[in-house]
Amino acid sequence: MRARVIAADVGIGLRRNMTMTLAVVITTWVALGFFAAGLLFSHQVDTMKGEWYDKIEVSIYLCTAEPSASTGCAGGETTEAQREDLRAQLERMPEVERVYYESKAQAYSNFKDMFEGQPIAENVSTDAIPDSFRVKLVDPTQYDVIASRFQGEPGVDSVEDSRELLDKFFAIVSRLQIGAYIVAGVTLLAAMLLISNTIRVMAFSRRRETGIMRLVGASRFYIQLPFLIEGALAGLVGAGLTVGSIVAFQQFIIVDQAVPQLPAIPFIGWSDVWAVVPWVLGLGLVLASLASLFTLRRYLRV
Amino acid sequence: MIRFDSVTHAYSKTARPALVDVDVEIAKGEFVFLVGPSGSGKSTFLRLVFKEETPSKGSVFVAGRDVGRLSSWKVPALRRQIGVVFQDFRLLPNKTVLQNVAFALEVIGKPRSTVKKVVPEVLELVGLSGKENRMPDELSGGEQQRVAIARAFVNRPAILLADEPTGNLDPTTSVGIMRLLDRINRTGTTIVMATHDDDVVDQMRKRVVELDGGRVVRDQSRGVYGYTR
Repeated sequence: MRARVIAADVGIGLRRNMTMTLAVVITTWVALGFFAAGLLFSHQVDTMKGEWYDKIEVSIYLCTAEPSASTGCAGGETTEAQREDLRAQLERMPEVERVYYESKAQAYSNFKDMFEGQPIAENVSTDAIPDSFRVKLVDPTQYDVIASRFQGEPGVDSVEDSRELLDKFFAIVSRLQIGAYIVAGVTLLAAMLLISNTIRVMAFSRRRETGIMRLVGASRFYIQLPFLIEGALAGLVGAGLTVGSIVAFQQFIIVDQAVPQLPAIPFIGWSDVWAVVPWVLGLGLVLASLASLFTLRRYLRV
Repeated sequence: MIRFDSVTHAYSKTARPALVDVDVEIAKGEFVFLVGPSGSGKSTFLRLVFKEETPSKGSVFVAGRDVGRLSSWKVPALRRQIGVVFQDFRLLPNKTVLQNVAFALEVIGKPRSTVKKVVPEVLELVGLSGKENRMPDELSGGEQQRVAIARAFVNRPAILLADEPTGNLDPTTSVGIMRLLDRINRTGTTIVMATHDDDVVDQMRKRVVELDGGRVVRDQSRGVYGYTR
């Protein structure tokens, strides 16, 4: 009896306020969408860091026949003796795990592969591409030791750490992530205010019923429950739409498009998506219930 | 059953208090009229009994319990012992007579079998058998008030409070309502009725408590409405 009566109450309440309920659902959807995006960003960053930090190496570019601003290249192209001297120094350093040499020919073919079919690949000669030492460090944070030692050495054009590039990239991603969380926070606030307002309107339109319920001694819980369910339901439907959206995003954007087209970049997998789902549903439910409870406290006397 | 122990009540700190130092004791099974001009504190008196208001000073005891000190989660239990009827009936316009009365039981979690059994009984008591499926707006004022009384009485409360129940009704219809209240009173239910209706009070010859400016100015058993009309 009770459950049936409450269910009927909820149905009537939601139908009476269809537009408000829709507004709640949509804002919750958008808000949780940004929240989910923030979470997925961090999963993506972790995935990339795991994959790329392992491959981090310091590149020591040698001088080419082309003019260079570097003091190390004052003597023109790096000689074979200079090169062997550098290699010997590198191999003696305890910080260095592994050194390998990428010749101009290798670098050139890598370059051509990377820009295949584009005009730049045709216009660059072998001479313009520097050969380099690729140095893998025992501890990737020890980049400075290598840089200070070799920057400006005869035959060294420049020292570059691929980690620096990665960190710049990750800094941008983390800013995007913070942005997503801020937008999520603001829209969630809007969603909560909307839920609160919807429940106020519902409480007002049902004041006759609730008045009689109070009068005949219905419990606070019984009087408030339909409103709570209405709020929570709207929140959950919004959260459900968000889950649907991120699943669709993963399937159609990541799995179908990004992964085959950008094989060099590691992307989040389904396990990352499923890890985000409970947070989205939980947050939707909690926020909607909180907003409802708070509103009922203020606007529904019992 | 109901005892007011030097009760003063003000709706706000600045306003003139609606009740001033009221001492009244109403025994179980009594029928009491509260009379007095508008604003004399009759409605406030009733509202204090079912804890719609908490007294500013003094104590209100209902069935031995200090209502003012009752914690809020116990208030529903108190209200289940008290039926309340108003001048404006307060029926739900989208529910039938039967549903209006059943609503009062459903929302306090009575099982469906009880509701099915008890509601027709009480509708018969108030003389509305055969009108179960009418909507409130198809009924006369007197009939609507009977529905409201049925709703207030369906859970067999020990106390029935009536705030000007005949205020919207013509004299003949009022007599019918008073007969009904009298019948309910005879089942052992304590009735407190606030009213302006001098005819009703004079006919019934019950105890009369007169309020003026929030003070009890007369408490008379088998009284009449007043000396000045």
